[in-house]
Amino acid sequence: MALKTEEMVLNMGPQHPSTHGVLRLELQLDGEIIKNVVPHIGYLHRCFEKHAEAMTYPQVIPYTDRMDYLASMYNEFGYALAMERLMKIEVPERVEYIRVIMGELQRIASHLVALGTYGADIGAFTPFLFCFRDRERILHLFEITCGARLLYNYIWIGGLSHDLHPDFIRLTKEFIKDFRPNVKELNDLLSYNRIFIERTANVGVLPIETAINYGVSGPNIRASGMKWDLRKDDPYSVYHKFDYEIPIGTGEKGKTGDCWDRYFVRVKEMEESLKIIEQAIEQIPEGDVTSAIPKRVKPPEGQIYTRVENPRGELGYFIISDGSLNPARVKVRAPSFVTMQVFPELCKGFMVADVVAILGSVDIVLGEIDR
Amino acid sequence: MKTAEEIFNQLKEKFGNAIIELKTDKPVEPFIIVNPLEVDKICLFLRNDKDLQFDSLMNLSGVDDANGEKVKSSEGEEKGLETIKGGTLSVYYHLDSTKLKHKLTLKASTNREKPEVVTVTEAWKGADWHEREAYDMYGIIFLNHPDLRRILMPYDWEFGYPLRKDYKNPEFYQGMKVPY
Repeated sequence: MALKTEEMVLNMGPQHPSTHGVLRLELQLDGEIIKNVVPHIGYLHRCFEKHAEAMTYPQVIPYTDRMDYLASMYNEFGYALAMERLMKIEVPERVEYIRVIMGELQRIASHLVALGTYGADIGAFTPFLFCFRDRERILHLFEITCGARLLYNYIWIGGLSHDLHPDFIRLTKEFIKDFRPNVKELNDLLSYNRIFIERTANVGVLPIETAINYGVSGPNIRASGMKWDLRKDDPYSVYHKFDYEIPIGTGEKGKTGDCWDRYFVRVKEMEESLKIIEQAIEQIPEGDVTSAIPKRVKPPEGQIYTRVENPRGELGYFIISDGSLNPARVKVRAPSFVTMQVFPELCKGFMVADVVAILGSVDIVLGEIDR
Repeated sequence: MKTAEEIFNQLKEKFGNAIIELKTDKPVEPFIIVNPLEVDKICLFLRNDKDLQFDSLMNLSGVDDANGEKVKSSEGEEKGLETIKGGTLSVYYHLDSTKLKHKLTLKASTNREKPEVVTVTEAWKGADWHEREAYDMYGIIFLNHPDLRRILMPYDWEFGYPLRKDYKNPEFYQGMKVPY
């Protein structure tokens, strides 16, 4: 006699430790196999875009901090860059260097959270503590620079709110020196751990054509084997002055574009970011960081779309100005929002437990998806 | 690599009246105005053509142009609230070619009373959620869209479309008082 089977719908979240925020996944299951996933988002919706229309241009910056709250520096960076292009402001070189240093430190801090929590999702708790220990030192560097640990309001249109603290360069050099061995330690502890590889290799494979068609960007598309990085492919700021590699997924432990590749691309990216920071603090020129800040931000009528390489991918700002002091429209193209669309494709045919592994590997931030 | 002008001429030749205008004057970046009911065919062509290869949709955003006539609404007269009659809502498409490294901006304007644009999900699957967001925030209907539901607002939100310039906050939502 044949057993009677039935598809089951299981709600994962909105309150669930592995969804990295308030996200509800409606899993349609056949036994333990995923037939389909329907993500329900919007639980963290604050209508940033409506708020922005009521603010003056500089007042929008603290709001951008609160989107991707693990990479606030880079959100400000992108917004400031868009406004400078719209108003045609030349920024002093020292400002550009400091922005790059802050941006890359932020990238390391953000990846450390991604890697640490990914280990915790899979069941390895120690790497989580190790990652947060190192991230704490970066947050300390931010704190001595602008007084805030997570939400900075540091990068302004045309400049920065403060110059660097006198101890900053020394502490950053010490951090780089101490952090390099820690990356190796993380590799020994987690990356090449056999249990971890069993859980992540060959799981959630993202083919390159699918990734492009869905608009996936950042470490997720690089893990699929595409050399695509806006720091090189659509250059901005002073990134062209530094020598660094773009790591891509090679399918070392399984197929190219699986969870392990997405994880390991981030590990390698941290090392490349260290290289950029090292070069930047060697070359940083003297100068005034507030000289180019406009007294009144009143851009001409027009529109601009600017994108930067945020730790999670392509962060775009589409700003329409009607010539007044408030933006007529600010639309944010959040990398996690776009990446989340491909998530059902990744999950189909895998087990329930793999959903956690796949979700952790694409590294989403709900503050940015819901804005 | 092609400039916006070359692409405009190529499109004009192929689609004729569906390509309305190339704007280069005021805005910082040039854009091409297209017919909202033929934008799907234009986008498929832009993606598939050998010299263009726009394989990636960077961004899709709804915009309230607020160019209609402003009318004082009857109920909110003492507060000075206005509603907008007529005018247009627009959708901007920012396209990118990862192979040929060129970019293009399209704009499709539709009227405010019956905003309808054809979906481009056939060309880029990534357009799905962007279009749902534009529907959610501006009430633009994307024809032939596979799954047009609200995305960020609650599914039972019945007080209109928040990013329209004449949107009014409701006083109560499901029996709860909405602050301010």
